[in-house]
Amino acid sequence: MKAVQSAETILRVNDLVIQYPISIGVVRAVEGVSFTLADGEALGLVGESGCGKSTLGLSLLKLLRPPGRVTRGAVMYRGTDVLGLNQRSLLALRGRSISMIFQNPLTSLNPLFTVERHFLETIHFHDPSRPRREALAAVEKMLATLGIEGKRLREYPHQLSGGMRQRIMIGLALIMNPDILIADEPTTSLDVIVEAGFTELLANLRRLYKLSIILITHNLGLVAEIADRIAVMYAGKIMEIGSAEDIFARPLHPYTQGLINCVPNIRLEQKELVTMPGSPPDLVSPPPGCRFAPRCPKVMPVCREKTPELLEHGPAHEAACWLYTRKAAQ
Amino acid sequence: MSTLIQAVDLVKEFPVRGSLFDAFSLHRAAVHAVDKVSFSIDEGEVLGLAGESGSGKSTTGRLLLRLIQPSSGRVEYRGRDIISLGTRELAAFRANAQIVFQDPNSSLSPRMSVGQAITHPLQIHRIGTAAQQKERVLDIMEKVGLSPAGFLYRKYPHQLSGGQSQRVVIARALVTRPDFLVADEPIAMADVSVRALILQLMKQLKDEMGLTYLFITHDLATAKYLCDRVAVMYLGRIVELARRDELFGRPHHPYTKALLAAVPVPDPKARREKNLPHGEIPSAIDPPAGCHFHPRCPFAVAKCKEGRPPLREVSPGHLSACILD
Repeated sequence: MKAVQSAETILRVNDLVIQYPISIGVVRAVEGVSFTLADGEALGLVGESGCGKSTLGLSLLKLLRPPGRVTRGAVMYRGTDVLGLNQRSLLALRGRSISMIFQNPLTSLNPLFTVERHFLETIHFHDPSRPRREALAAVEKMLATLGIEGKRLREYPHQLSGGMRQRIMIGLALIMNPDILIADEPTTSLDVIVEAGFTELLANLRRLYKLSIILITHNLGLVAEIADRIAVMYAGKIMEIGSAEDIFARPLHPYTQGLINCVPNIRLEQKELVTMPGSPPDLVSPPPGCRFAPRCPKVMPVCREKTPELLEHGPAHEAACWLYTRKAAQ
Repeated sequence: MSTLIQAVDLVKEFPVRGSLFDAFSLHRAAVHAVDKVSFSIDEGEVLGLAGESGSGKSTTGRLLLRLIQPSSGRVEYRGRDIISLGTRELAAFRANAQIVFQDPNSSLSPRMSVGQAITHPLQIHRIGTAAQQKERVLDIMEKVGLSPAGFLYRKYPHQLSGGQSQRVVIARALVTRPDFLVADEPIAMADVSVRALILQLMKQLKDEMGLTYLFITHDLATAKYLCDRVAVMYLGRIVELARRDELFGRPHHPYTKALLAAVPVPDPKARREKNLPHGEIPSAIDPPAGCHFHPRCPFAVAKCKEGRPPLREVSPGHLSACILD
């Protein structure tokens, strides 16, 4: 565990609201999300599909496509609001300060470009004056770090295996030495052994490049292997945030508890899984009060009326749940 | 317990469409998808078929139901050879042996309502009158948790959640009251909370309806939860087959050990060095000689390149195909 408190905050998200106006109303995809990322820290963003994690990830780089838009809040990177940047500054920020990788590397790689051209183009875009020879040296060094043979430089994406493509993706994301890597479901398309290899690679790269990481995933196993701190999202809101140890060993929010209990764990003898019936709410007209209340096994009358705030209920461990807020008030 | 279904030396090769040049050459390239696979499943048992993509799990599942024709080998269902069945007998067999696929949305016709989709197998197999069919459909819908059945009966696939769609597919597979079900990654596309519900449902249905499953999965944690025995496949061959506790407690084959080590554990305190095999699963067009796993195996010796290692019993009921055992 890293000493998170002492490190400088590199990214701060303040009260972010993201909406998608559609024909039948407004989808409130992200509703008042705030968190910080410390320098060198790995933050996991977990939740089921449709809870807003990918939307949130895209907004951090101002990559949201219309009709999606940020209607409130700020994304502060080293003191600058990313959402206020013009196109030119954004292009300089993306890849050089904050990079992002996605689930399916094939849709992110150009089928007509060789691996080498992908790298050289990226370097040239950010640093046009760098001589080709120097750029190539940097690429070769990167390939060695990724554990990919040099001859692959002249190959096209379709000639590479899935695991290799994802390695190339992360190499492209890191070639300009950014501070932050946002990884959105990076291993979902990979097989288990390849996934484990990628996880190891990510840990090495993190050390080598002194990276801060935001890992977006629904895979609790993956987040447990990588993240120092975990934020659990549900229906556009952060329900709980705390150290990885606290989230897994002492989950506070009933949603976090449900999520952990319903995943088969290979280390345990599970006779029955604890299931969580129901599905996430419609975000056009979410339920009043706590958005998890309709599915919550510990629901109380107050939960259906008032929205609980995300408050600290343990050292650096916050949850948005009336179960604890009420106790604190008594 | 008696054997319900048995695969004997099943082989499936898919020819590779090559260039004009290949058409004239003597050596035709083929994908060796399933390479002499044998196993049996007892009545009421759940056999897991685990492995990475490209290991031949799904092809094996389809061969077992004769959805595709094997290149050689036999499948016996209650002692009868399925491969030689005529059209009419095959139809009767299909009423008893069903399959559920990974993606419910591609398994359901968008033009058929839930009721129509689940009634369809009864119509195909001419089971019951229209009134009896409807009663049976509503009954199975309630059983799989599609409730209220009368209301959902008229819905169309686009009006259902992911969990509901997969329940429709399961209901459709079970409406003819089969005794054998191949479940091909039935939860891989579903969300975390839906996965648990579907798994729980499958366990419950198995007990209630006396079903036998071949459960195909790439996720060993799921296999451990649901299966009585597990077969691990690699490049078309079974490399290890054992009772659940044996396989997870005392794995023998280096590939099984690697797979087990690679599974991410939802517990930050369980982080560890994994000692992973290098590289990725090679092509099944030209698989490595000898033991298919030897190029990636940390324990490989020269002998591993010579000849296929036999699937041997290392302890009662526990088979492993490694010469080092």
